[in-house]
Amino acid sequence: MKPIEIKENIYWVGGIDWDLRNFHGYLTHRGSTYNAYLIVDEKITLIDTVKHYHFDEMMERIAAVINPGKIDYIVSNHVEMDHSGGLPALMEKIGSRATIFTSPNGEKGLLAHYRRKWNFKVVQSGDILSLGKRSLHFVLTPMVHWPDNMVTYLPEDRILFSNDAFGQHLASSERFDDEYPFSIILEEATKYYANIVLPYSKQVNKTLEAVSAFALDVIAPSHGIVWRSSVKQILAQYQKWAKNETEPKALIIYDSMWGSTEKIAYAIAKGFENKGIKVSLVNLQFNHISDIMTMVLTTKYICVGSPTLNNNMLPTVAAFLIYLKGLAPINRVGIAFGSYGWGGQSIGLIEDILKSCNWQVWEQIKNQYLPTDDFLKTTTEKIERLLTN
Amino acid sequence: MQKYVCTACGYVYDPAVGDPDSGIAPGTPFSDLPDDWVCPVCGVGKEDFEVQK
Repeated sequence: MKPIEIKENIYWVGGIDWDLRNFHGYLTHRGSTYNAYLIVDEKITLIDTVKHYHFDEMMERIAAVINPGKIDYIVSNHVEMDHSGGLPALMEKIGSRATIFTSPNGEKGLLAHYRRKWNFKVVQSGDILSLGKRSLHFVLTPMVHWPDNMVTYLPEDRILFSNDAFGQHLASSERFDDEYPFSIILEEATKYYANIVLPYSKQVNKTLEAVSAFALDVIAPSHGIVWRSSVKQILAQYQKWAKNETEPKALIIYDSMWGSTEKIAYAIAKGFENKGIKVSLVNLQFNHISDIMTMVLTTKYICVGSPTLNNNMLPTVAAFLIYLKGLAPINRVGIAFGSYGWGGQSIGLIEDILKSCNWQVWEQIKNQYLPTDDFLKTTTEKIERLLTN
Repeated sequence: MQKYVCTACGYVYDPAVGDPDSGIAPGTPFSDLPDDWVCPVCGVGKEDFEVQK
């Protein structure tokens, strides 16, 4: 387990989680990494740690550079246990002399997690810590994506240690954006934003503004690949995502019992197609909500369909809608649709949730029992008409 | 007096209670909070609050 030099005397010393496939309900098809960084200067500094079960791996990488007992400073940019989980074992191993620099909420959070009174030094935005030849500048970034989050900038090497911002769940031996297929990195960065960062887009704008003052050669996030050749590109992507900018595409997300809601889904798709709008049909039986969110991030038209079961919508659709609502995308157009036998409550319930997202919601499409060819034709024409107006 | 909710974390500022930990006395309306006041729960600024409906 070797360290990887990011810049002279600055090393990636993280852990690679090749087996991770589910990160609190977010499917991580390509695993992940927990990135810790070691800065060797007059004061030896470690930025963040790793998930607890990667502790030995991190220590092996650190030990290949220096004796870990020589670590003077630890910067904890984020309390969440995939980044702080290595702290208890680290503090035990190196003794309590190291100082932990963290935000006010970071100190509270670390105390609440580990119940140990380590040598904390609380920092505020604008505080500067000298390491010798280098310095660290702290910027608090509350709610990107927890109250305690902060980022750390190293001006002498023009590196931003951005923690979860700009991260991707992607396990690889390659450490840099120019060593790995860019489309995959971008796909994973998109999924990460959609599933983790999206609700805090307002705060992301502030972070981007604060970061724009920094000259950047490298963005070193706490998950996945390090950005050095595509720094401008990922910043531009974040600008776009934080503004909830979408493309004129349509997603038709549904589940079906006897195929009727599915028929309506395809009739809706035809309407979009006829108007030259690209459509994806997303059956909730075969697609995971975290993958669907990746698509939602850049899509303007979101149609959600469910038949009525027990006076309600299908549980798959309910799960998706609860997840969607929490992630709070805005500036979308929504349509609720579905087939039913009696009652037919599902369509109205879906519509209520779409409205509660503050979207523009178009008239619902609802059919009792099996849709006739005429109904399907009318549905297609209705979509065409709505798109024309 | 009008309550305000933090759009980031859901904390509700209740003027009747104020925010004593941050030196804000009970009875202080949201509009009278200093510009550098931040949400006591998550740390975002006043601009991230909206009127509670």
